[in-house]
Amino acid sequence: MVSREEVIEVVVDLLRKAHTELPEDVVNALKNAYEREEGIARSIIKAILDNISASKNLGVPMCQDTGIPVVFVEIGREVDLNFDLKEAIREGVKKATKEVPLRPNAVHPLTRKNPGTNVGSHIPQINIDLVEGDAIKLTIMPKGAGSENVSSLKMLLPSQVDQIERFIIETVKNAKGKPCPPIIVGVGIGSTFDGCAKLAKKALLRRIDEMSKFELELLEKINRLGIGPSGLGGKTTALAVLVEMGYCHTASLPVAVNIQCWANRRASAVLR
Amino acid sequence: MEYNLRTPVKKEEILRLKVRDVVYISGKVITARDEAHLRMLEYFDNNKPLPFRVEDVVVYHCGPIIIEDEGKFRAISAGPTTSARLNPLVPKILKKVESMVMIGKGGMSGEVADALKEKGVYLAYTGGAGALAARAIKEVKGVYWQDLGMPEAVWVFEVERFGPCIVAIDAHGNSIYAEVEKRVEENFRSILSPL
Repeated sequence: MVSREEVIEVVVDLLRKAHTELPEDVVNALKNAYEREEGIARSIIKAILDNISASKNLGVPMCQDTGIPVVFVEIGREVDLNFDLKEAIREGVKKATKEVPLRPNAVHPLTRKNPGTNVGSHIPQINIDLVEGDAIKLTIMPKGAGSENVSSLKMLLPSQVDQIERFIIETVKNAKGKPCPPIIVGVGIGSTFDGCAKLAKKALLRRIDEMSKFELELLEKINRLGIGPSGLGGKTTALAVLVEMGYCHTASLPVAVNIQCWANRRASAVLR
Repeated sequence: MEYNLRTPVKKEEILRLKVRDVVYISGKVITARDEAHLRMLEYFDNNKPLPFRVEDVVVYHCGPIIIEDEGKFRAISAGPTTSARLNPLVPKILKKVESMVMIGKGGMSGEVADALKEKGVYLAYTGGAGALAARAIKEVKGVYWQDLGMPEAVWVFEVERFGPCIVAIDAHGNSIYAEVEKRVEENFRSILSPL
């Protein structure tokens, strides 16, 4: 049976892993970008790749913005829980903040007071799903502010299906160099106001080297913008576009674009 | 051109820099984000002297991760933060100082480019490269305004060949971001035109 202590340790391990080891699919996409680029753009991608190595070798966070921990939990229907799982996750985040260490980013929205723990009301953000099976799957995606701040949501009209693409590309254009390009573009289409934002965030959990035709076409268009690495111009503005869809009300068409920086950090573990 | 600059960076050295030059900084760098900029302006408004001279250092838009190791501070990850958040504040600071060299990421506005004329430059460091940046920080010399919290406090770093930094806005009104933005707007229109 899974214990509270186990969850705490796994949360610490996942945060350490997410911050010091970028997933292979993202590293490969950056290496491909390095081959493609020249001049300043190439030197920026080189610095990113050097940084990824330095982070792994030294065991220190690749980016000082260790973000807000966004946690996805899948609980198997047969799992017997005899402790407060959310409390254990919060405790794990507190511990990781000291041990990894993470930058204390979570503040009160109005007073901006920083408790120094990365834990507060609704933070870390925990999403729980009930699934089949006897295991708990924990996934942590630390989300930085540079990219989160340029994300966008629009309630389009049902007659504006042809405007979806424009809204996605325009969001990337308006973000310019702010979200640390090359970026990953998470898109949610459909569902409700909050639901489409969640779909966009969940899209960012996917591998970035498996894209549909629609996603690849969007990627090609976004890269024609020419924002480039660090916003200094170049061929690689985005590494991937990932789209998730859900049904929506016949009278609405919500679309959310959740931008992610090149440091597309995510780590998962299965507990039994 | 590639330059190795040591702080304090002299006015004539600032004026020599042109967009796309590559710069490596050695010497004293201070971090400053939103809260530190607001406090600097508060000091100026009250005619209170700052605890540091902006002209003698390089101002780095950065909220580092600092640990305390046997009573000594150490920066373990310290990449740049999004400079655009400081767009409304930097021109006000520039009015009060003789010169300023900034390092950040993501670019700054046309108003900042105007305010930098004959006065300062904006250098771009690779966004997100926190571990790489920390490697060039040889020592944390001290901290001002620690009450602002770790990301927002003013940390004083001694750096050695911090870079590569790209001159992205020079002291003559040139900005790579303005050039890129113009091209991006044109590209945006052509991408959408067949729709």
